[in-house]
Amino acid sequence: MHEEPLVRWDWIGRNWPNIQVLLEDHVVMSLVPIVVGLLVALPLGLACVRWRWLYQPTVGVMNVVYSLPSLAVFIVLIPVTGLATRTTVMIPLTFYAMAVLIPAVVDGLTAVPDHVRQSAVAMGFTPLRRLLRVELPIAVPVVLAGLRVAAVSSISLVSVGALVGRGGLGYLFIDGWQRQFYTPIIVGIVLVVLLAAVADMLLVLAQRLLTPWSRARGSA
Amino acid sequence: MITFDGVTKRYADGTVAVDHLSLEVPTGEITVFVGPSGCGKTTSLRMINRMIDATEGRILLDGVDVKTIDPPTLRRGIGYVIQQAGLFPHRKIVDNVATVPHLLGWDRKKARDRAMELLERVGLDLKLADRYPFQLSGGQQQRVGVARALAADPPVLLMDEPFSAVDPIVRASLQEELLRLQAELNKTIVFVTHDIDEAVKLGDRVAVLRVGGHLAQLDAPSTLLARPADDFVREFLGRDRGIRRLSFVTDEGVRLRTDLTVPASAEISSVRDTAEPWLAVVDEENRPLGWVSVKDLPESGTLADARPAPYGTFVRGRDSLRAALDATLLSPSRSAIAVDDSGRVEGVATREALDEALDKVAGGAGA
Repeated sequence: MHEEPLVRWDWIGRNWPNIQVLLEDHVVMSLVPIVVGLLVALPLGLACVRWRWLYQPTVGVMNVVYSLPSLAVFIVLIPVTGLATRTTVMIPLTFYAMAVLIPAVVDGLTAVPDHVRQSAVAMGFTPLRRLLRVELPIAVPVVLAGLRVAAVSSISLVSVGALVGRGGLGYLFIDGWQRQFYTPIIVGIVLVVLLAAVADMLLVLAQRLLTPWSRARGSA
Repeated sequence: MITFDGVTKRYADGTVAVDHLSLEVPTGEITVFVGPSGCGKTTSLRMINRMIDATEGRILLDGVDVKTIDPPTLRRGIGYVIQQAGLFPHRKIVDNVATVPHLLGWDRKKARDRAMELLERVGLDLKLADRYPFQLSGGQQQRVGVARALAADPPVLLMDEPFSAVDPIVRASLQEELLRLQAELNKTIVFVTHDIDEAVKLGDRVAVLRVGGHLAQLDAPSTLLARPADDFVREFLGRDRGIRRLSFVTDEGVRLRTDLTVPASAEISSVRDTAEPWLAVVDEENRPLGWVSVKDLPESGTLADARPAPYGTFVRGRDSLRAALDATLLSPSRSAIAVDDSGRVEGVATREALDEALDKVAGGAGA
């Protein structure tokens, strides 16, 4: 029996269309939870700042959710949302993103210096305008930092979905493991890491563009 | 004019921050609220633009009860300068200054032009306009804060300890700047500070408040220094109020002698027999060169050959008696040289002349 090379380039060439489909699936399943998570975390975070007593219970619940193993949640969801569907994978990932993003939104908003908030009041900002024009923009760097954590963890967790039949690039791990064939495993790892790196870079870039005023504070 | 009419602020826990405060802040003047922490000075200030609402009593702005005006509308018509400036960190300096014009719906170009004009007016380099607040020093930020408060040209300006977070040298220059601006703009300014020196320097009138929000005294600084209403005010004014009071006495009552100045071109022999121990030497344009001691003059030559000793001057008609007195301490002759606005010598104020002026002040004040 001849020595098998670590990476079989010919396999990659033949299977490239399939890999592309998996990659696309992976991107959608990791991106949607982050976007939905952010959209939900914003109002919840605002509510937690407005009504302080909400914050501790909310963080408590989100931490419990975060501690649930993803595989267990996928399995519990199968009867409701179906085996091998995107929804089954995306629902728990949305909650994980929220668990990271709600505290980020709250921290970002409470980090607005008191003298800045007061001067906004004193200059005649209405409460809504103050929120949109002063408080949220100042919270952006902290929220983006949370978003970077959420994005990378979401991209990595999608792979676990392969165990319930929908894991994007995670399928390559199962496939390679079942056949004792390393090429798909290596392709999967490289693509997942690349995806995470690209997402992180885009967010850093967004931060530079959105918040040129915070660069000197060592946040990027 | 801003009128406090029996204004009380009582918090839910029963604490009384301001207690039946009644006073008037005249139009076009700087009125300073000064007092120790807990005297309700900031609370009183913030009740004017309704950042805090009074529990009892009324605050009238040119006769209109502020409670009848919607707070954001009220506030856009009142400039506000806060300690630490409170600039928006995410906006460029020019946009910070244009904040209220934007809120009032001015078009972008007009708001920007106005902001640039104000930056110039408060003495800032226009190159700073496109920077962010973190790139400016504390003193520069505070100037931007003042420019921002003035942007929509409000008749009333509220200043809440605006200069207390900067170092003493910068503070002094900001105070000078404020007085210079006020001389041009004639705003109705309420200025809060815990620093009595700042109060006395800036205020046309000073309201001294005591803990619990009671008005202890409201007077012009010179009256305050001359006739403190009670022990609390006296103690709050500090030890050297006598000397500080001289800052408010003009030098115009000081008698000047014109026979003590000699031109540098004069022959030494011509002055040797004078009875005066010291003479002030001036150049051909009548500007002071310094003092010469007659007994130490060289044998011959002109006064230009003598080495003149240091001197102190005060600007006649502009400086205070304190400045004149200070000038005497800088001269070996213990006399001060009075100059006009262009620095030309008008005469010499001797110690005797200053003593006479001081006697008048002490007699007039009865202190």
